[in-house]
Amino acid sequence: MANVNLKINNIPVSVPEGSTILEAARAAHVEIPTLCYLKDVNCVGSCRMCLVEATGARGLVAACVYPVSEGMEVKTNTEKCRKSRKMTLELLLSTHKKKCLSCERNHNCELQRLSAEYGADEDYFENSPRGYAIDDSNPCVVRDNDKCINCMRCVAACKKQHVGAIGPIARGFATHVGSAGGVELKDSSCVGCGQCVVACPVGALTLKSDVDPVWKALSDPSKKVVFFTAPSVRATLGEVFDMPVGTNVEGKMVAAIRRLGDCEVFNMDITADLTIMEEATELLNRIKNKGTMPMFTSCCPGWVKFVEQSFPEFIPNLSTCKSPQGMFGGLLKTYYCEKHGIDPKDLFVVSVIPCSAKKHEIKRPQLEGDVDVALTTRELGSMIKTAGIKFTELEDEAFDDPFATCSGGGTIFGATGGVMEAALRVAAKMLDGKFEVVDFPEVRGVSPIKEATYTVAGIPVRVAVASGLENAATVLNDIKSGKKQYDFVEIMACPGGCVNGGGQPTLPDSIRNSADLKGLRAKALYTSDKENKIRLSSDSPVIETLYKEYFGAPNSHKAHEVLHTSYKANPKI
Amino acid sequence: MKQCEAAGACGSEQRKKLDAVIEASRATPGCLMHILQEAQAIYGYLPMEVQKVIAEGLGIPLSEVYGVVTFYSQFSLKPKGKNRISVCLGTACYVKGSDKILEELEKQLGIKCGECTEDGLFSIDSCRCVGACGLAPVMMIGEEVYGRLTPDKVKGILDSHREASK
Repeated sequence: MANVNLKINNIPVSVPEGSTILEAARAAHVEIPTLCYLKDVNCVGSCRMCLVEATGARGLVAACVYPVSEGMEVKTNTEKCRKSRKMTLELLLSTHKKKCLSCERNHNCELQRLSAEYGADEDYFENSPRGYAIDDSNPCVVRDNDKCINCMRCVAACKKQHVGAIGPIARGFATHVGSAGGVELKDSSCVGCGQCVVACPVGALTLKSDVDPVWKALSDPSKKVVFFTAPSVRATLGEVFDMPVGTNVEGKMVAAIRRLGDCEVFNMDITADLTIMEEATELLNRIKNKGTMPMFTSCCPGWVKFVEQSFPEFIPNLSTCKSPQGMFGGLLKTYYCEKHGIDPKDLFVVSVIPCSAKKHEIKRPQLEGDVDVALTTRELGSMIKTAGIKFTELEDEAFDDPFATCSGGGTIFGATGGVMEAALRVAAKMLDGKFEVVDFPEVRGVSPIKEATYTVAGIPVRVAVASGLENAATVLNDIKSGKKQYDFVEIMACPGGCVNGGGQPTLPDSIRNSADLKGLRAKALYTSDKENKIRLSSDSPVIETLYKEYFGAPNSHKAHEVLHTSYKANPKI
Repeated sequence: MKQCEAAGACGSEQRKKLDAVIEASRATPGCLMHILQEAQAIYGYLPMEVQKVIAEGLGIPLSEVYGVVTFYSQFSLKPKGKNRISVCLGTACYVKGSDKILEELEKQLGIKCGECTEDGLFSIDSCRCVGACGLAPVMMIGEEVYGRLTPDKVKGILDSHREASK
C-alpha cells in the first residue's frame, strides 16, 4: 500500500494510505486526547475530544476517524483545539456525578486525567447529574449511569463479545446505556466477562467489591484463611504498582499476600494441571467411546454461561471438568480439610482471579460454598496498597506446600491457546509414551482463531483455539453448519484469554492504544513455562500425590464427585 | 404483559405477516427500520415480544432493536387506542393554547400523553405541526382534523367518537 506524507504540528510523517490522523500523530510522537476511542474496540468519533485543525477541512475534525491525505498539515495544539476540548470536558462534567474521592477509578480515570490536563472547571456549568439509579443487580458488574459519559465503549465491547446485553437507549439528553426493555443487568444476556468494565474510561462500570469479607476473615481467629492465585495474575499484578507490562511478579505477589494477614498462599496452576489430567482423559475417552465431539474446554465461566444462554445445543460438548477455580475450591474443602483435620466451615477460601465471571461462577449450584470469595487482580492490588505494603521492594517468596509446585502447562492456562497446549502435551503422552514434543507453537499467539491437526499414535486430532466470544460464535456456527470438523476446541471468553480478563488492572488509554497488552502479558507466562523443569501436567509431583492419596485415577468416581460438574440450558437473547 | 406475549405468539395471523416481512427483508442491509415500521403497522405498537421475534429473525441483539425503537418517536412501546389522538404542540398551536387542549384531554380520559385508556378506545400523543396552522390550535383523531379548539369543545368531540365506536 502507498504511503501518504503529511505534517503533524510541523513534524513530517509518512504513514500508510487510509491511516487516521490519530494514527499518524502517534508516528510523530504526538498524543491526541481521546475518550470514546479504544483500539480494537470502538472508533466512532462521537466524544469530540480528539478535534484537530487540518488543511482542507472546514471546521475542526475528529482525528480518530479522519483519514490523512497527501500534503495535509495538521495542528493538534492550537488555541481553538484547546478551547474546544476544555468546553467538551466541562459539558461532560456538568452531568457527571462528582464522587471522585470514593470512586474506584480515582487517579485512574480518563475524564479526570484530561480535565486536569486541560484545566477544565467542574463547576463552569451548574452540575446536575441525571439521577439514574445504580444497577447492582448483577453478581459481578455494577452500573452507575450518573458517571457515564455515553462514549459507548462498553456497548461496542459487549457487541464485539457477541453478547449485546447492553445498548444505547432513547435519544438526545435522555440517551443512556442499558439493557433491552430497561431490565436490570441480571435479567439481560450478560455473561459477566467484564470486557465492558475494562472498556469504561470512567467509573460508570465497576466490578462488585468483595474486599471487606476477606479483611474480616483475616482478622477472625476462628477462621483459617487460604488464598490461591490464578496463572495470569502474576503476569499483571505488577501493573498496579507501575511496573512494566509483562513483568512476572509471582514471588512478590506471594510475599505481599502473606503480609495481608495470617494465611497460606497456594498456586492455582496446580488445579490447572489437575484440569488437564481430567480433561485429557475425558477427551481420550470420548474419542475411544465415540462420545459427543468435538469436546470444548470448560475452564472459562463466561464461555460456559455463553453456551448455556446462546448455544444450549452444544452443552453436551462441554467438558464436564470444573474450572481450575472450581477444582481448587472442591479440593480444599475435601482433601485438604480431611488431611489436616479442619472443619470445612472454618476454612475461608479466597481465589485471586483475572476475571469477573469467576465471581458468579462460585455461586453456581455444584460449586457454591467451595470458594468463599473471588478477588480480582485489581482488588488484590488495592488490598496490598491499603495494607501499606511496599510491593516493589519485597523479596520473592515461594507458594506454600502442598500446593506449590506446578508444571509449565498449568501456568500457560492464563493465555489463549494455553489450555489446548497443556492438554495436548498430556494427551499425546497418554496415547504414545514415547511422544517427546512439548511445544505446540501453532496454538500460541493472539490471532482470533487458530487451527491445527496433530497426529499421535496414528490418530489425527483436529484442534481449534478461539478467544473472544465473537470468534467463539464463529467456531460454533461453522461446526453447526458442517463447514468445520474438530475434535477438541479451546475457548476463552476474553480476547487474548485471561491475561486480558475483566478483573485485570486498568491501564491508561495512552498505553492501551499503543502497546500490545495481550501479547506482553502472555509472554511472561510462556517464559515461565519455558523456564520450568516440569512441562507436562502429568509430571508434577503434586498431581502424582493427589491421585495416589485421594483420587486414584483421572475420571475416577471420586474425581467425578469433586472435580466435575454439569450445565443447564438457560436461553436468552 | 399478557397482551405482549399474545402479540408475539407463533401461528397467529399477525405473526405470520411479521415472519413474512422479516423473511422478505432480512438480506437487505439496514432493513431494521423498515421491519419495525411494518411490525408497528401489523401490531399497532412494538411490544418486547415482537422486538424479540425481530431480533432473533435478524440475528442481532435485542438491545440493538430496543435502541432503535426508543430512538425514533414514530415507534411506540405501548398499545395505541382505537381512536388515536394527536395534539399539535407546534409553535402556532402552542401559542394559541394547545397545551390547555392537551391538559383537558388528559383530564377527560384520565391518562397521560403517550398512554392508552384501559378500554382501548383512546390514546393521546403530541405531535409537531400537521400543516393546518390557520386552524390553530389543532388536534387529529385518526385521520380527522379538529381546528379552532377550546377546552370546552373537547368533551363533545370525545363523546361523538365514543358513540361512533359502539
